[in-house]
Amino acid sequence: MRSMGQWGNDLYTGKASVPFVARRKLWFIIAIALVAISVLAPFVRGVELSIEFTGGSQFTVSAPESTDQSIATDAVHSVDGEAEAKVTVVGGTDIRVQTTQLSQDETRQVSAALAEGYGVDAAEVTDSFIGPTWGADVTRQSLWGLGVFLVLTFVILAIYFRTWKMSVAAIIGLVDVLVITIGIYALAGFAISPAAVIGFLTILGYSLYDTTVVFDKIRENTAEDGEISGRTFGESVNLGVNQTLVRSINTSIVAALPVAAILFIGVIWLGAETLSDISLSIFVGILVATYSTLFVSAPLYSLMREKEPAIAQRDQRVLGARA
Amino acid sequence: MATSSPVRRAVRTLTGLLVLTAVLFGVNALGVHVFKESAWVPELALDLQGGTQIVLEAQTADETPSDEQMRQAVTIIRQRVDASGVSEAEVTTQGANNIVVQIPGVADDATRERIEASAQMQLRKVLYADAAANTFVGEDGETTPYPTPDPSLPATPTVEPTAGNDPNWITPALQAQFFAYDCAQPSDPSEAADDQPLIACDETGSAKYLLGPLEMDGSSISDAQAVVDQQNGQWAVQLRFNGEGTKTFGEISQQLYGQAQPANMFAFVLDGQVISAPTMDAVITNGRPSISGQGITQETAQVLADQLKFGALPISFEVVSSDTISATLGSQQLQIGLIAGLIGLGLVALYVVAISYRALGFVIIASLAVMAVLTYILLCILSWRVGYRLSLAGVAGLIVTIGFTADSFIVYFERIRDELRDGKTITGAVEDGWARAKRTIYISKSINILAAVVLYILADATVKGFAFTLGLTTVLDILIFIIFTHPVMQLLARTRFFGGGHPLSGLDPDSLGAVFRGRAQFRAPAVTSPRSSRARGEAERRQTIAERKEAERRAGERLGTEENV
Repeated sequence: MRSMGQWGNDLYTGKASVPFVARRKLWFIIAIALVAISVLAPFVRGVELSIEFTGGSQFTVSAPESTDQSIATDAVHSVDGEAEAKVTVVGGTDIRVQTTQLSQDETRQVSAALAEGYGVDAAEVTDSFIGPTWGADVTRQSLWGLGVFLVLTFVILAIYFRTWKMSVAAIIGLVDVLVITIGIYALAGFAISPAAVIGFLTILGYSLYDTTVVFDKIRENTAEDGEISGRTFGESVNLGVNQTLVRSINTSIVAALPVAAILFIGVIWLGAETLSDISLSIFVGILVATYSTLFVSAPLYSLMREKEPAIAQRDQRVLGARA
Repeated sequence: MATSSPVRRAVRTLTGLLVLTAVLFGVNALGVHVFKESAWVPELALDLQGGTQIVLEAQTADETPSDEQMRQAVTIIRQRVDASGVSEAEVTTQGANNIVVQIPGVADDATRERIEASAQMQLRKVLYADAAANTFVGEDGETTPYPTPDPSLPATPTVEPTAGNDPNWITPALQAQFFAYDCAQPSDPSEAADDQPLIACDETGSAKYLLGPLEMDGSSISDAQAVVDQQNGQWAVQLRFNGEGTKTFGEISQQLYGQAQPANMFAFVLDGQVISAPTMDAVITNGRPSISGQGITQETAQVLADQLKFGALPISFEVVSSDTISATLGSQQLQIGLIAGLIGLGLVALYVVAISYRALGFVIIASLAVMAVLTYILLCILSWRVGYRLSLAGVAGLIVTIGFTADSFIVYFERIRDELRDGKTITGAVEDGWARAKRTIYISKSINILAAVVLYILADATVKGFAFTLGLTTVLDILIFIIFTHPVMQLLARTRFFGGGHPLSGLDPDSLGAVFRGRAQFRAPAVTSPRSSRARGEAERRQTIAERKEAERRAGERLGTEENV
């Protein structure tokens, strides 16, 4: 693929260029549309929360003698006639039963009844009993973490880049990533579970990381533009993004490949839910993060800085020299 | 950055890496063979090895329990789990008011109940106290354990006992039980009946007590503090009883005062262990006794006060979640994770070698391999030293970091290529690219480390494992970048294949358009080297519209092909 290197050259010199900054109105409209869809999608589809958030009991029977689902329903009703039971066969071999909130004792009784009904050893039945506060606690802590992280990142980036505008652009890009990622996740019909929350938290780190790499190149370019420069501020930003474009593409592919492998295996193989939840959120997040850095954060940064008098004046001069 | 001999330095750095790896393996080998505590595989968390996890939430009226109370509760629950004969249980706090109990294997109901019972403080009179031995020296001069009590021994008092320290409580059966009682295997405190005598040991297991029925419980203690006695400068524990407790305690002290030992002793029992059994040296009717004497130091006074106060404030805990994972499911999950990781690595290897970096791809693969080895051995050592447990979330964290790690090399290689495009020699490009890439890597990785640290500190147990692996691998990633990837590049730059810019090396200056500029100028190999952007600007401006369109079209086409990769 010699062309990749060749294309990289053209991007580097500015011979080839994707108009990230010049066409920013278009990119912003697309971004706003994506955010709107992501926000509205759950309302249309109804977002499903995993059992950790709603409270309830879940049982998994590994390798039962038969996969007759009525055995499970009977087992649950033998303990509590009122309880709703949702039975699914996962991975073609295991039986998963989710019920409304049972007491702890009932949970254990159901577990025993299932082992008996399916003719497996009691140790082969996994049971979880989750109070309704559990998921809420995890979420609350995660939100705290998110808040603290954002404040710290804002400060660190502002110090490093010597402008708070980069921090703002990076963080707006991050919010964009989180909203779109959660939206796509919900659209895929996956229930939001603690594992998914971990995924979203990872993406938060990744998104900022990715933006920082690109912004560092922009910093280099704009810092080099002295008083005499052939480029406007926006063009410098755009060149920086284009010069790191090959890296952005390579990185997102390399980062997404292993995650895609987990996702694929996790989904086709029996219910490795934790794995598939975490990998779906991260897989989508990596791609969205790359997109957001290029099409949201970078043009936004340019937009925020161009209005500064010093920069606006210099841009005037540059454009005047060209005319 | 350039030194007189980058080669020598590179070789030195790589040797350092080898030494470091050897040392880490050595440390773990020590752990395995000398201390017999480590292993050559990291310890697995419950979700991968199967087991039970119970999360308890403190039920306090409105305020969150203090750290001190939580610590106490953890200690007590840990003692209870140990007492039930479960080995390797882990009890940790989580957040402000949760306690997580993790037990390998399946927890039976008795263990669960024991965990959930709230801490109990009992106050009992003392019938008899003795050293903890459950053996005696027989006539043959041999140490013989006391026999197991004969069930036929009479177990009901012949005379109805009138008080809690009435020796009439001591039946032959109880006496035999007392002598045979082994402090190392305490009975379950939750089985103790309030209206019956109780056999208990002190915390150190050096004294054994035979106690009367329950006189008062911990709820009658309203406060306890470690104080210094004004008269003799000794440490003491100052107790305060509540209204009801003051009255009861006054009656008890009247009854005990002046009797012969052990009938004048009064025992505080926490979860079946005697934490203190002072003698009654005065009649105390104001509900404010203080415990002082031999063996009470600042530290022990503090601990005792805590225990008394905690017993007085039994936080009750409620189970908010309980998870049992079968061992089959656990090993299955691990298998999936590992297979996915290997496939992912394979795909990454294929992509970087065949598609983007040619021979340089092997440098990425080698770096990832070094990373894998170091991560593995560190996880083994951490399992041994700080009780790290690899969880499913941790495995996912490791797989995700493959991409993060590879990115440092990608950033570096792209920078090298940029330098080559500026017309530098390959050796020069490796040095200058390094100087520029370093900055970017440091700032962006610190953001990553920050994320991991914040998550680790603020998140709950599931997320912790993930955050930990994320942080650990990021640190390793920077380390490997410095002590492996860069020196390797320095050495490779001096080989004919790479240094000569062979088309397959991934560093071919011709294909990197170095000729495009063809400017000869000296540039200080510093980070701040002013790029002549004007030349680029010139070139841009001189493009005709047709050329520009052509370039864009070509770029668009290429972009198309790139995306079909």
